Amino acid sequence: MNAKELDINQAPDQILDHVAQKLSAILESRNIQDPIMIGIHTGGVWVAQQLHQRLGLNEPLGTLDISFYRDDFTRVGINPQVQPSTLPLSVDERHIILVDDVLYTGRTIRAALNEIFDYGRPASIMLAALVERDGRELPIQADAVGQHVTLKDGEQIKLQGPEPLTLTITQA
Amino acid sequence: MKKKNRIQLDDNGKLKHFLTIEGLNRQMLVDILDTAESFTSVTEQNIKKVPLLRGKTIVNLFFEASTRTRTTFELAAKRLSADVLNINIQASATAKGETLLDTLRNLEAMHCDMFVVRHADSGAAHFIAQHAAPHISVINAGDGQHAHPTQAMLDMFTIRRVKGEFHKLNVAIVGDVRHSRVARSQIHALSMLGVEDVRIIAPKTLVPTEPDAFGVHVYHDLREGLRDVDVVIMLRLQKERMRGASLPSEHEYFQLFGLTEEKLELARPDVTVMHPGPINRGVEIDSVVADGPRSVILQQVGHGIAVRMAVMSMAMQSHLPEATGGRRG
Repeated sequence: MNAKELDINQAPDQILDHVAQKLSAILESRNIQDPIMIGIHTGGVWVAQQLHQRLGLNEPLGTLDISFYRDDFTRVGINPQVQPSTLPLSVDERHIILVDDVLYTGRTIRAALNEIFDYGRPASIMLAALVERDGRELPIQADAVGQHVTLKDGEQIKLQGPEPLTLTITQA
Repeated sequence: MKKKNRIQLDDNGKLKHFLTIEGLNRQMLVDILDTAESFTSVTEQNIKKVPLLRGKTIVNLFFEASTRTRTTFELAAKRLSADVLNINIQASATAKGETLLDTLRNLEAMHCDMFVVRHADSGAAHFIAQHAAPHISVINAGDGQHAHPTQAMLDMFTIRRVKGEFHKLNVAIVGDVRHSRVARSQIHALSMLGVEDVRIIAPKTLVPTEPDAFGVHVYHDLREGLRDVDVVIMLRLQKERMRGASLPSEHEYFQLFGLTEEKLELARPDVTVMHPGPINRGVEIDSVVADGPRSVILQQVGHGIAVRMAVMSMAMQSHLPEATGGRRG
């Protein structure tokens, strides 16, 4: 789908519904009862809050700030506005749904996986993203994606929120 | 002094060395506190480590004995995945006649990235920062009677966690302020963060020679000084000074300046009691107070690790080449 076809003012709600449907189908087919949902700061947490509600999950939502696990600390340094990660439950032997807003290079997810494993050994991790775009630099795919967008070189897609959630495409 | 402190920041205004609070600005202190806050969740991990400083080598250069400070620096560095060398200089090369600069050159040749320096002489950390190779960061872990900035920042971190805001607080520092590098750094940090009423409570012989220069209120009576304070910071009475003429006996000191429950009643009901440790029970503080519900002395120790992780990682990023962005996501 072309970026222009994405109605970025209307889209998030419908895209969220779509992700939620895909996730609940996966949970059902894999017979997973009480998954723990974890959102990646900042946009991924907003998306996770919405999905958590739509799926009616019992377990509290976890949040992850992957700043300390990034592979580009040596290039971008530290941002003091990093939020502490909060995983309210042990991840040991639990099924995890990891949520991000935009899946792009895959490096954020790589960092998030590393961080989760420093908290424990989950039974499984699946990945949900509101949107994904081309440009993966690592072998990482999402299990549930709301929408695929194709962007031109130099274009970026960004989720703004938390209220309301809007997707904007900008020229870098 | 101003010029000397300018070496703490690099050309982009980022922290390169952390030697003293002086010469920094409020935003820098807030950034340190915020960054420290984000490191607090690391202790909740099964694997209490983040890979931020993987491959970096940090040297604890301790010319003066210290257990708590060295241990928390070491733990902070290890939680950042750095490699740590602990060098106790008293027992090492200088004893064989090697000069300080030769020691530095040797450590540089081993490709170390950061020196954490504790020294009995004021200005030692500055000296090392000035003479170290350009890629090396220096953190002052206490120099003589001059400064102990990471201790001050962990105290600020503790105050912010307990009290929230700084500007409305009355904070009293009690004890040997004159000889205390901790007090000096605390006073600078408190006023930089906007605390309006900073009090020093000490016998006349232990007040800094120019208290006015610090913008503090001086009290010689503990009861008077404690009135309505929100935070009391007790200083360790350095027993080695007891031998000099500047102090009465320990017993008499406790009578006059020891913090007891009864004296603490004069402070605000929600007063917080702090102490950088190690505490002398029954000298500057009664055990009942030190172990009581208003004491945050042990929390301070834990906060010391998060604050030192913040300072180390911030100082390390100043060596990085100009940010190139890179694709995220």
